[in-house]
Amino acid sequence: MDIHEYQAKEILSDFGVTIPAGGLAYSPEQAVYRAKEIGGEKWVVKAQIHSGARGKAGGIKFCSNDDEIWSAADELLGKRLITAQTGKQGKIVHRLYVEAGSDIDKEFYIGFVLDRQQERVVVVASAEGGMGIEEIAKDKPDSLIRVVVEPAVGMQPFQAREIAFKLGIDKSLLSQTVTTLLGCYRAFRDLDAIMVEINPLVVTRDNHLIALDAKMSFDDNAMFRRANISELRDKSQEDAREMKAADRGLSYVALDGNIGCIINGAGLAMATMDMIMHSGGAPANFLDIGGGASPDRVAKAFNLVLDDPKIETMLVNIFAGINRCDWVAEGIIQAVSKIDLKVPLVVRLSGTNVEEGRRIITESGLPIIMADTLKEVAEKAVAVWKEQTGK
Amino acid sequence: MSILLNEKTKVIVQGFTGQIGTFHSTEMIEYGTCIVGGVTPGKGGSRHLQRPVFDTVKEAVQATDAETSIIFVPPPFAADSIMEAADAGIKYCVCITDGIPAHDMIRVKRYMRRYKENKKMVLTGPNCAGTISPGKAMMGIMPGHIYAEGNVGIIGRSGTLGYEAASQLKAMDIGVSTSIGIGGDPINGSSFKDHLALFEEDADTVAVVMIGEIGGPQEAEAAHFYKDNMKTPVMGYIAGLTAPKGRRMGHAGAIISAFGESAAEKVEILQECGVTVVPNPSEFAKTVKSVLDKL
Repeated sequence: MDIHEYQAKEILSDFGVTIPAGGLAYSPEQAVYRAKEIGGEKWVVKAQIHSGARGKAGGIKFCSNDDEIWSAADELLGKRLITAQTGKQGKIVHRLYVEAGSDIDKEFYIGFVLDRQQERVVVVASAEGGMGIEEIAKDKPDSLIRVVVEPAVGMQPFQAREIAFKLGIDKSLLSQTVTTLLGCYRAFRDLDAIMVEINPLVVTRDNHLIALDAKMSFDDNAMFRRANISELRDKSQEDAREMKAADRGLSYVALDGNIGCIINGAGLAMATMDMIMHSGGAPANFLDIGGGASPDRVAKAFNLVLDDPKIETMLVNIFAGINRCDWVAEGIIQAVSKIDLKVPLVVRLSGTNVEEGRRIITESGLPIIMADTLKEVAEKAVAVWKEQTGK
Repeated sequence: MSILLNEKTKVIVQGFTGQIGTFHSTEMIEYGTCIVGGVTPGKGGSRHLQRPVFDTVKEAVQATDAETSIIFVPPPFAADSIMEAADAGIKYCVCITDGIPAHDMIRVKRYMRRYKENKKMVLTGPNCAGTISPGKAMMGIMPGHIYAEGNVGIIGRSGTLGYEAASQLKAMDIGVSTSIGIGGDPINGSSFKDHLALFEEDADTVAVVMIGEIGGPQEAEAAHFYKDNMKTPVMGYIAGLTAPKGRRMGHAGAIISAFGESAAEKVEILQECGVTVVPNPSEFAKTVKSVLDKL
């Protein structure tokens, strides 16, 4: 689960990280008022969306008077910002964060990640702040400092000092750097984060160490014990269908193609999508309805996938393990007879009681194209899609 | 032969008396797995499915001599159960539970390091379908009848894709020595490499199919292990060629977040290391057949 910059900053500030003075605004008037509260002569108006690379997309505006703040806020609110990370549909701006401007002397990158190789928390730092971590890794790989945290004892001050020295941070800021790094680590560990990133962490011309941007992402599997964090979820930043799916216990990811998919199991779902591509088509979605594939879940899945207007063909691939194909077949028939299906449907069942399942579907009289194998279901779906759409 | 599990392996079930534990224990017993008892804290002394229930894994191990356990405990408590198993001297543990927090798994992995190499518990999963040695025993939630007995090893992350592969093999009369699910979580017990090493030692496994997916370094690590250490042929498939970067595809660990984690990049590494690549998921059996024919 992702949260907004201002939320991450509030959290990190509680753990001892220094952040610029700032406030949240929902309207241009509020933005101007926030700037007055903050004081000073320079402000930054920042669009709050769940994405990085906001600056290049025009989501961050530097202002030096009320008029500029008002018009920056007016322009950003309600706008769909398209960044390098959002995809072409972009993300809508409902909240702004107004912050005191900083005179930057140096910029650093600080990131905390769960490293799958080490199976530990790894701190990544670079003196090439301001760039994205991927750019740094590509263009300045030698600048990357990596420190592995031993889970039994947590991050130690000497590790934080080592990073500070390697970054070349002035010695007068040493203890503050240590506080910042250890604070980020504690926030990461105590709140079940999977990513904490301060980019950039800056040293200002008057020699202060400030987190100018902050990003945090949390483990969905741990939200049952992090009520305070799950409250920060902003549904406006999530794809409507993905959110609906998640609320129904289904795992859905929207994609660009036209063949809608209902599959049980994440691996089989990915493999079926690969097979569609291999056969010359493109999947409209990833959808894992779970290993069980109960009739109720199949019905919910149909409604969810068909809600996408770009669907031109439907594909169902269920491997009935613990449950039985005849039972899944009845679920499919129930679902299809309730909805007014306007696109071709290709179904492949396999596993327990497969003959019975196929017989039930064939005898239902519904216009369902049956397939026996993974290859066949993908090929038939692509063929019927091409035939119907002339593509 | 088989690895990790056979008809003589004594198994205890953690989370034995719960709804899911009961359902799958029944299936496993029917398949022929030697289930000698179970653990549900607070229900020690009672009997369930004609077998004794214990309060702790230690008591269960003492009373039954079991060295193997399978976990059906809900996510908030599952990490604790894995550590309890390790502490009680369990040698092989399968954790089925889906949804364990990643930070809990970091602690589990750290905890398991306190044992010397020869006493260390092998953990497969979490978030997996389990392990089966067809015709002998099954520890998991898979439909046993789709696996034929034989001498091809399977290691996979996904449950249903593993079923797909096994049933393709069965349709071509190719049997399986042992099939192992290592699970779809970002931080899991043992890796592809660990089981390749076990299959390499197993005289009766003549080839191994590795079913990987996007995300994480384990497929690449296994490919390098194959190149440097193995004589048994290995075939590999990586699911998720169409998966977009940065999106989680169902499994908590199925996400491309770093260089080398996409399906295309992993396939390239498999090829470089001499692993026979299964070109698409409908050709598991065909690929295995062609490799077996050359032996």
